[in-house]
Amino acid sequence: MSYSRSLDFKQGRIEMSHGSGGRAMAHLISGLFASAFDNPYLAQGNDGAVLPQPSGRLVMSTDSHVVSPLFFAGGDIGCLSVHGTINDVAMMGAVPLYLSAAFILEEGFLLSDLKRIVESMAKAAHETGVPIVTGDTKVVEQGKGDGVFITTTAVGVVADGLDLSGDNAKSGDKILLSGTIGDHGMAVMSQRENLSFDAPIVSDTAALHTLVQDMLASGATLRVLRDPTRGGLATTLNEIAQQSKVGMFLNEAAIPVNSTVAAACEFLGLDPLYVANEGKLIAICAPGDADHLLAVMRSHPLAAQAAIIGEVIEDAHGFVQMTTRLGGRRMVDWLAGEQLPRIC
Amino acid sequence: MKYVDEFRDGELAKNIAAHIAREAEPQKIYRLMEFCGGHTHAISRYGLADLLPANVRLIHGPGCPVCVLPVGRVDQAIRLATEQGVILCTYADTMRVPASDKLTLMRAKAAGADVRMIYSTQDALKIARDNPAREVVFLAIGFETTTPPTAVAVKQVQTESINNFSILCNHVLTPAAMHAILAVAGGVALDGFIGPAHVSTVIGSEPYEVFARDYAKSVVIAGFEPLDVLQAILMLIRQINQGRAAVENEFTRAVSRSGNLKAQALVSEVFELREFFEWRGLGTLPLSALKLRAEFAAFDAELKFNCEYVAVPDHKACECAAILRGEKIPQQCKIFGTVCTPENPVGSCMVSSEGACAAHYSFGRFRETKA
Repeated sequence: MSYSRSLDFKQGRIEMSHGSGGRAMAHLISGLFASAFDNPYLAQGNDGAVLPQPSGRLVMSTDSHVVSPLFFAGGDIGCLSVHGTINDVAMMGAVPLYLSAAFILEEGFLLSDLKRIVESMAKAAHETGVPIVTGDTKVVEQGKGDGVFITTTAVGVVADGLDLSGDNAKSGDKILLSGTIGDHGMAVMSQRENLSFDAPIVSDTAALHTLVQDMLASGATLRVLRDPTRGGLATTLNEIAQQSKVGMFLNEAAIPVNSTVAAACEFLGLDPLYVANEGKLIAICAPGDADHLLAVMRSHPLAAQAAIIGEVIEDAHGFVQMTTRLGGRRMVDWLAGEQLPRIC
Repeated sequence: MKYVDEFRDGELAKNIAAHIAREAEPQKIYRLMEFCGGHTHAISRYGLADLLPANVRLIHGPGCPVCVLPVGRVDQAIRLATEQGVILCTYADTMRVPASDKLTLMRAKAAGADVRMIYSTQDALKIARDNPAREVVFLAIGFETTTPPTAVAVKQVQTESINNFSILCNHVLTPAAMHAILAVAGGVALDGFIGPAHVSTVIGSEPYEVFARDYAKSVVIAGFEPLDVLQAILMLIRQINQGRAAVENEFTRAVSRSGNLKAQALVSEVFELREFFEWRGLGTLPLSALKLRAEFAAFDAELKFNCEYVAVPDHKACECAAILRGEKIPQQCKIFGTVCTPENPVGSCMVSSEGACAAHYSFGRFRETKA
């Protein structure tokens, strides 16, 4: 990649002029964003990208990314902002086609860090096959941002007749989870708290659209797909239970948790059920299709540890309950406020 | 996880539960108070009540640090942050304890106060070192478990001559609270205590002997893992069946009779007993809490900022007081789960998942709503 010489990627920092619409901004766009994200739609250089008409219904989703620290084991805000939004579109059963990206940069932010982030986004967009076709950059004064905030929007298409929705879960359906929980949240948190473990905790950030396509192709009757990001598995299941007006019964022993993540949660007084994921999905499917769907999921590299973790039950209260490892029962409630550690 | 999973083994749990079911005499009711919020949390999180016969009843005790903190104490901290402009540091759940005027430390933070959540007193010290031009106050709360780290910080501050750091001391004492519960005439009827885990690692098992001797209550000190709790329940049932009242120790891997002497020496070097301290729920109890000794007065935020404690009555409908004394259960409070929820706690017991109300709301409320 050949970047413009006017950008000093060794010591340079973002200045207010990088967002003011003048030559500095033009240099930033051409010297960094345009060359990294390079694709014919972006190369049109217009206020908007003109895209060919796709076949099928359009799905659109947007997501803002504000993670701190910006760089963490397994990823950074750049690839996260690509994966996260692709996943939101994929959870509707859609094939993601295009992305937009808007940056809010803080005055003083290192250009070298911005370059790392943009290159990570470009790599993620390339690997997922979803180009970033339009974008925007704004600069705010020092102290008014947290380095960089990135908002991405994705557009995709979903086949006619496929209607995945959070209100589709039915009593008797099985609940599948694509792998271990809590990896992303604990990777970020252990970095923030300066905790180190023998086996480092790595974020699971990944784009799930190819896994979703395999699952759709399996022929299983899928009712709901959702990625348990903020608030974790517990919060996402409660959302679905409320939307579908059903209850759920989980089996704690079936929910996969990486042992280092479990240890870190123990250490910080957190429950992995409520910790964020960025590369996992929950699938709710007709009971007879669960085993077949599970096998299909497990053959995809992003879901090798997939498991059937529970089932949908009738419950007017919409409670999510769980049989604990000890054989007792408990509720798995909504997260109340932020997850804060207990004191002793 | 080694040394953790062993204490959460489902098969062993079934085995202990079978012993409990066999040995609990059907004509008796066993009323056992788990003093600590850590036990309340374990019982709720692992659904242990489902493994017990109906006549073995667990009563939640007051050993939840944020639950016993009265409104006036949180007000004091908020005043320091908003009126004196200090950086106010505290532990986790304390951020959400209801104060006057619908405030919490978290809401005060949102309104511009500099309130920071920390994991250890060392984090607070670092903030003081990094901000020499600002006053840093550590809102110190908790039972004997969290007191030694506060003492360490005070000694460090003295040694390093850090003059912008002080402590708003709310450390309280477990045996004093147990006395208070047993001394109430017409109070909760109890047969025994599941004794504190972490607190006992510091103070040892000896301070509980008075409850066996003078009040004829069985005490079994238990770890915070679910198998610890089940084993302690079995040990209590055996004592009660034998007509004995003694202090026994299930948590031998961490607790001795005399406790951690080094920690005790450090605590008594830095702190002395307060004449009186107001607890939420238990009222004003003599010799039940700690304050800094005169030689450390320079680090006492109450003196440094001349901020007096002003008692504030609890919300009228809130039953936290009776719940903390074990006299009522959360469901008997009129505002439980309606006005008072974990999102919007009215009383302190709804704040932390160690609190009786929050634990029942978050883990157990499905039990009342069966069709």
